[in-house]
Amino acid sequence: MTNNAAAAIRFVLDGQVVTVTDAKPTTTLLDYLREQGRCGTKEGCAEGDCGACTVVLGELNGEHIDYRAVNSCIRFLPTVAGKALVTVESLQAADGTLHPVQQAMVDCHASQCGFCTPGFVMSLFALYLRNAAPTRETVVEALAGNLCRCTGYRPIIDAGCKASQYAEPSHWSRVAAQAPALITALRAVQNDEAAALPGFQAPRSIEALATAYAATPNALLLAGGTDIGLWVTKQLRALPPIIYLGDIAELKTISDDTEALTIGAAASLTDAWAALIAHYPSLAEVAQRFASPPVRNSGTLGGNVANGSPIGDSMPPLLALNAEVLLRHAASTRRLPLHAFYLGYQQKDLAPGEFVAGIRIPHAAIDTKFACYKLSKRIDQDISAVCAAFALRIVDGIIVDAKLAFGGMAAVPARAVQAEAALIGQAWTEAAFTRAAAALAADFQPLSDLRASSAYRLRAAGNLLQRFYLEHSDAAPGLPLPVLRTHAVAVP
Amino acid sequence: MSGAEATLPDTAGVGASQAHESAALHVTGRAAYTDDIPLPASTLHAAFGISTIAHGRVLALDLTPVLAMPGVVAVATAADIPGENNYGGIVKDDPIFAEGLVQYAGQPLFAVAATSFEAARKAALAAKIEYAPLPAILDIRAALAADSDVIPRQHLVHGTPDAALAAAPRQLSGTVTIGGQDQFYLEGQIAAALPQDDGALLIYSSTQHPTEVQHVVAHALALHSHAVTVQCRRMGGGFGGKESQPALIAAAAAVLARKTGRPVKLRLERDADMLITGKRHDFLADYTVGFDDDGGIRALKVMLASRCGYSADLSGPVNDRAICHLDNAYFLEHVEVVSRRLKTHTVSNTAFRGFGGPQGMMVIEQIVEDIARTLGRDALEIRRRNFYGIAQRNQTHYGQIVEDNVLHILADQLEASSGYRQRRAEITAWNAANPIIKRGLALTPVKFGISFNATFFNQAGALLHIYNDGSVLVNHGGTEMGQGLHTKIAQIVATELGLPASHIRVSATDTAKVPNTSATAASSGSDLNGKAAQAAAHTLRQRLVDYACETYQVTADAIKIENGIVQIGKHMIPFADFARQAYLARVSLSATGFYRTPKIHWDRTTLSGRPFFYFAYGAAVSEVAIDTLTGETQLLAVDILHDVGTSLNPAIDLGQIEGAFLQGAGWLTTEELYWNARGELKTHAPSTYKIPTARDWPARATVRLLEHAPNPEDTIYRSKAVGEPPLMLAISVFHAIRDAVAACGPAGALPDLPAPATPEAVLNAIDAIRLT
Repeated sequence: MTNNAAAAIRFVLDGQVVTVTDAKPTTTLLDYLREQGRCGTKEGCAEGDCGACTVVLGELNGEHIDYRAVNSCIRFLPTVAGKALVTVESLQAADGTLHPVQQAMVDCHASQCGFCTPGFVMSLFALYLRNAAPTRETVVEALAGNLCRCTGYRPIIDAGCKASQYAEPSHWSRVAAQAPALITALRAVQNDEAAALPGFQAPRSIEALATAYAATPNALLLAGGTDIGLWVTKQLRALPPIIYLGDIAELKTISDDTEALTIGAAASLTDAWAALIAHYPSLAEVAQRFASPPVRNSGTLGGNVANGSPIGDSMPPLLALNAEVLLRHAASTRRLPLHAFYLGYQQKDLAPGEFVAGIRIPHAAIDTKFACYKLSKRIDQDISAVCAAFALRIVDGIIVDAKLAFGGMAAVPARAVQAEAALIGQAWTEAAFTRAAAALAADFQPLSDLRASSAYRLRAAGNLLQRFYLEHSDAAPGLPLPVLRTHAVAVP
Repeated sequence: MSGAEATLPDTAGVGASQAHESAALHVTGRAAYTDDIPLPASTLHAAFGISTIAHGRVLALDLTPVLAMPGVVAVATAADIPGENNYGGIVKDDPIFAEGLVQYAGQPLFAVAATSFEAARKAALAAKIEYAPLPAILDIRAALAADSDVIPRQHLVHGTPDAALAAAPRQLSGTVTIGGQDQFYLEGQIAAALPQDDGALLIYSSTQHPTEVQHVVAHALALHSHAVTVQCRRMGGGFGGKESQPALIAAAAAVLARKTGRPVKLRLERDADMLITGKRHDFLADYTVGFDDDGGIRALKVMLASRCGYSADLSGPVNDRAICHLDNAYFLEHVEVVSRRLKTHTVSNTAFRGFGGPQGMMVIEQIVEDIARTLGRDALEIRRRNFYGIAQRNQTHYGQIVEDNVLHILADQLEASSGYRQRRAEITAWNAANPIIKRGLALTPVKFGISFNATFFNQAGALLHIYNDGSVLVNHGGTEMGQGLHTKIAQIVATELGLPASHIRVSATDTAKVPNTSATAASSGSDLNGKAAQAAAHTLRQRLVDYACETYQVTADAIKIENGIVQIGKHMIPFADFARQAYLARVSLSATGFYRTPKIHWDRTTLSGRPFFYFAYGAAVSEVAIDTLTGETQLLAVDILHDVGTSLNPAIDLGQIEGAFLQGAGWLTTEELYWNARGELKTHAPSTYKIPTARDWPARATVRLLEHAPNPEDTIYRSKAVGEPPLMLAISVFHAIRDAVAACGPAGALPDLPAPATPEAVLNAIDAIRLT
């Protein structure tokens, strides 16, 4: 293993090791590529919402390389160190042969203006590598982070379904993507020591992180950068020195024991949601609607929780499930119920130099009725007007416990204490839920903004309680389940 | 699902589903857009400094702090414009840089040039600006109350509407509320201005209208048009948003290039783009309709108001087109329209696919639906009852005779192929049995007039070269924004010259090659430029034939050029060899072509004439489900039948239809523009402004072209324009949602649903109809 930590960023691109010595910590991967004349990757929004900048990153995982699509527009270049980078220019073979995803796009007439096309190609390429027989639904999910304004998507979806039916390419086949030479090259750019650029450090252990952050509590902790990236691209902010969490393997650990599921703060949202869904299958829909695959591949659950946005979608289910945050400061650790972590708008119970190291989700009792709902203008990749998660226990027809948590209703993600009180001790009846819905007005005075009015938020939040009752009620057979999500719709 | 996926052989010309000429470049990332063009190392990057208030006097504009920022080389304000400080194409009321008065939040006051894009953006925020705020008019109702017109109102009276209304057995009044829409082309506005050695300028611009960019830049810099050359190889989408707006971007870049003597690139990042540039007009219509017991419309009176924003821009023609599409597919014998073009202190609204047509159609489609609901009849029946007739009942309210009516054919075919009747029955049964999830269905037609209303725009030119190796270069006045225009032009030239498409190359649109062009707009691209290219090809083909006749002593009927082979009697000569022979014989192998649309005329003062060469038609059936607890909606299925005449390229035409349909569906459902009480647009990026995603394309979709329907008019190969008309097929989505809302209330109750039908709007409409 080569040791070349110093002030260089090294990654593998098209089989070659690229060394960058003069990067600013906040140079985005997109800007870097374009400045190098590699202009196939496009800027459509600079906020991770359109996907025109999509590239694929390969990360060494034992003897295997994991490839995932990410948004290069909000990804800082130093975070690519040690990885394999694949851009739209990488895919065409030297003899000019197009990659199957590219050929399928051409054959299906899937590009019009072509500006979004490189991003679609890369999202489909990432899907191609991990799924040899994608369904229409898989393709649609893989494309949730890519906007096209020309085609109406039908031919792109067709191309995604069709690409895997083409002959195996010589270049960037699933086998070639795991070529020993590539793994060797990738291993050569792994550094034992933390990268140390001016204004950027990437510790390799929680210990080192805790020490560094305690020593410089004004530093900025950077994980996936799916929010912090926008501070640079949108707000033009100058950032304080950065401590990057993405190279700490133990902070990405997801562990499961008899009592709880524990998710390390730097685990990606993709991995975190998968672990949560394994325990709570009803989270599949919100997980799929949380941002987009590229954002979930970069972003972390710890980042979403630590950010504490009132409209973050992970907190309502975590609150309803009694999650705790694991906090670390220097050598000491503490556990705090998540609801106690949020003190006010953008205020957390965090001491200087203290950080979120993980999230612990105690296993819910087996008889818990649990659901999570998201309301937004668009089904995929939208920010919630209201996000709600409900966990109830019913014993002998009586509601013995109720946790009702909401996003979009207050300055912080919060439980609806009055509405919970209206349910606890009551019989499982629609009337109880109607009273709980009415009590929401005592819990919340939501804002009116571009996403929804205060009145809508309050009324729809109450109606979600009704939806929960109807969905879980045996007393109303034949009632339709919500058919509003394509993947859940029983198409007649 | 409509396929048309077979890639036909290279020899295929017109009518083949040839892939987009840049498809391979698109998928490999090699297609170069304006921001990808390598520029000299001395190039500066520019950014606008913009107003932060909606309306007010500028008391002080201190740019000293801007100049002091790192990397800054120059700033430009109105004082730096040697010529005309205006980019308004019709009315000169659009300053490049506001001077003394700002009229919307986002209006450019100055631009700064710096050594990097980041430095320019940071510096632009450093200006010290003092305002004296003035009262701001922000929406249509406020502008109506204040009688705030940006251009004079128009009044159309056809027949005797007052008498007919009074005599009508029934009357209905209502309001139609229609939101705006951002174009959201994926490539933002951008231009680069490169000073040339003789004081001239070369401009790279992402524009649908290179000639207007040329003129505005020339006027701003007090140059002649010949000193400004504008080039555009391709745009990353336009949709009307790059018709008048690019002139602002290019002019600001040009002023800075002139001032610094260095190349200047001005690229708007997404937020700047959405804050600064115009959008689709939002509209409001108050109507009274008189009808009979069978649902036949007897008279219609409409006050049609649009929010134009602070300046005229293209609002005159947009509103004229709205008036001309108030009928959509229906015969209106007695009509009065008062058209208000309102001034507000918001961004100046501009062209967007459909150009007022969609808003006009939304009005009549709601009226037809509400007549049906009032009478307890299926809306399709009422639509048919009011369709234009073939030999009678065929004059529009602006005087044009509808000569090419295929509405009845479309409706009959689509009703059958979509299973409309059966699905209507199923949905009625579903709604009776299901209290929470309701479904809705609607079939809506489209009749869209093709031609620019202003007659003089309906002209085009092309320039065609045959090089002495037999390769062909074609240039024309149209621009490529993804719609496949260059592909179609290459197919036309290939067919005319008998060559494989690979022999033809279409080069970047360039004002130095084809002058005085019209915008690539109004769906006219292939109609106009295709005919011009065809004319140029005819000319060259004739020269080659004449040369062959003379050289080989044959008559013209002995000469065939096919698939790259020139057959002269028994001689078979490869086209390349033949071109070389012709060159050596000193035959001119370069020609221009010109076209002007026949038959059309339009009187703007009386709002009458024959503005349209022909009409394009279509129809769609949409089925939706709505959740009555939350107001969420889902498009479950769509069936489309659309008329493109004889298709030049079925794959490209299907792409236009599908893309326009979903873009229209976005307009009417998720795409909400939200201004706060201070007049600040808060939806200015994809995080807040929601265009459709892949999930929004319904799994059940059938999209077909109307078969055996050549254009009766002499258009290019009897094809029809396809850019805009299919957008309006999406009106079926809105009315399917409205239908589902109606299922929540008592029979005959009329849903009060504004567009876009966001979850909140739908839930409010459900609440309201349950109270009726």
